Amino acid sequence: MKNSKFSSDRRKFLKSAGAIAAISAVGMPYMRNAMAADKLTVGAIYVGARNDYGYNQSHAQAVDFIRRMPGIKVVDEEKVPETIAVQKSMEAMIQQDGAKLIFATSFGYFNPHVLKMAEKYPDVRFAHCGGLWTEGKDPMNVGSFFGYIDECEYLNGVVAAHVTKSKKLGFIAAKPIPQVLRNINSFTLGAQSVNPAITTTVIFTGDWSMPVKEAEAANGLIDQGCDVLTCHVDGPKVIIETAEKRGVYSCGYHANQASLAPKGYLTGAEWDWATPYKMLVEATEAGKPMINFLRGGLKEGFVKMSPYGKAVPAKARKVADGIKSKMLKGDYVIFKGPIKDNTGKIVIEAGKSHGQQDVALEQMNYLVAGVVGKI
Amino acid sequence: MTDAASGLGWWGVPLAVLAGAIRVSTPFLLVSLGECITEKSGRINLGLEGVLIMGAMSGYGASLASGSPWLGVLAAGAVGALLGLLHGILCSLRRVNDIAIGIAIMLFGTGLAFFLGKPLVQPQAPMLTSLPLGFWSDMPQVQSALQINPLFLIGVALAVVLHFAFRYTRWGLQLRIVGDSEMAAKALGYQVIPVRIFATIVGGFLAGVGGAFLSLYYPGSWNEGLSSGQGIIAVALVIFARWEPMRCLWASLLFGGAGALGPALQAAGFSGGYYLFNAAPYVLTLVILIATCAPNQKLSGAPGELSLVR
Repeated sequence: MKNSKFSSDRRKFLKSAGAIAAISAVGMPYMRNAMAADKLTVGAIYVGARNDYGYNQSHAQAVDFIRRMPGIKVVDEEKVPETIAVQKSMEAMIQQDGAKLIFATSFGYFNPHVLKMAEKYPDVRFAHCGGLWTEGKDPMNVGSFFGYIDECEYLNGVVAAHVTKSKKLGFIAAKPIPQVLRNINSFTLGAQSVNPAITTTVIFTGDWSMPVKEAEAANGLIDQGCDVLTCHVDGPKVIIETAEKRGVYSCGYHANQASLAPKGYLTGAEWDWATPYKMLVEATEAGKPMINFLRGGLKEGFVKMSPYGKAVPAKARKVADGIKSKMLKGDYVIFKGPIKDNTGKIVIEAGKSHGQQDVALEQMNYLVAGVVGKI
Repeated sequence: MTDAASGLGWWGVPLAVLAGAIRVSTPFLLVSLGECITEKSGRINLGLEGVLIMGAMSGYGASLASGSPWLGVLAAGAVGALLGLLHGILCSLRRVNDIAIGIAIMLFGTGLAFFLGKPLVQPQAPMLTSLPLGFWSDMPQVQSALQINPLFLIGVALAVVLHFAFRYTRWGLQLRIVGDSEMAAKALGYQVIPVRIFATIVGGFLAGVGGAFLSLYYPGSWNEGLSSGQGIIAVALVIFARWEPMRCLWASLLFGGAGALGPALQAAGFSGGYYLFNAAPYVLTLVILIATCAPNQKLSGAPGELSLVR
């Protein structure tokens, strides 16, 4: 029974695939909707495992959210490398499943893979997480969405500054790309807003998932006296666990890791992707133009903070909550001049400030004064 | 004490390299000792990367299910032995190339572990405990550096035992004869194929245990990036350790230390050129291989039946 259903499905597929080929050949692209029926098919691609306690998990949670929306069919694929493989995945989702909207969630998917596919399939929408869409240069069916998680990193820094005794914080990062640098800088500026003498030592591991090196980096930082660790890697599990084992504090990233470190987990910067996903899906359903540039922070509900851990003193909660309420109103500026980088060069002049939406911040290529490390 | 709490400065670097050597070297050590036994019998098992990952996954799963990390270690060893058995049997068929089978086992093991390990990424399994051999020091850094896992000590002991066993026991001699000359072994009445299969099983067992060290002790978590090529490096290690168990030990320590160098230097505030330091283990492999290669002759110490050198 099952078998016959399968083969009839396949026959149908072959038939419609043939029909599509014939129709596209004569140039009647509107008929291509026939296959997707009345449901909107949405594709999602992750670079790692769906349940990695980190970045991919935060996306998979949002995908689960849109899966429950009426009239939506979701196809997703995990562990797709940032190579030609992602083009094949996207093409399969478009050709075989009839996907009309694709979420490409890893930074390296954007150029050239998403751009290439977008040119080839102008009637499919591509929503990329984290890339910088440029008007006039990039196709109109491509959009970039991202969250201002540096607001949360700033708050992490504020909380960390209240509990550190050595005045040395540690940051384990994967690669020196603008988003990562912005997080390191925000974390440091947040800590320095409490005590300007605080420094952050940064270690770049070189790739998004390097468990042994991440554990080594965490141990190295702790040996050097850093007593609060945080990170920007795909799966923070190892780092948070190592910090807990060695008895130092940690701030989470991507998702809530409080259960991994019941004693030392202070708070964390988490994504809340359901908000942008919903907006993009609804725009597609309504036939509105693609949202090419979608950004939001705490205020818009793109990011959130983990609940405070036991180790966070009342004073820290009060100060952090005060800043958070300003951020929620949308009138807190993190990158306000004068800001020097850690070589002494002025990177943001006095009197100048970059609000969250400022794309200048998305091209960040420096570490602020007080960060020990080199790009 | 306050000084220690505020960081060791530059002294942190040699300490971190030492600590890293102890922490990171164990999987290298166990895999290379296992591969050493296999290669001594005249077979090469390139699949140990896959075995390592399968071991890590099944060890983590077994520890999670049973609540005992040592049962996890045993399960990892058993799965490794099974994969070793598979390699051993397949390679005993006529005209089967052991290198090709090894690569197949590597891909198979990795893929299967990723597939079966999906539900294991999130849960926290009980971990192996370590022996606090740094109790004499009042510096937390030294105490932490000398947290030594029993598996490391087992590995060191095994290296010594194998060193003597290869030379002075009947069993070691038999293994070496089988590996050096099939004809001579047959003339002496030894059965070549069972010895080789057994040697591959033991190699698989040790590699599986090495994987359990990764997932159950350091870094102590199961995910897909866990091994990042350590199994392959360990196989290469055997070659420039010249099939000597004691040299496997030194080479593993050297590699562990080299891997710790990059993070340690950055933690101490020396962060220029960290890509180069992160590449240190691989550069080291190349340098040693080039320095020890002799283009016109067979590698000294190589088992004569090894397809790699034949």
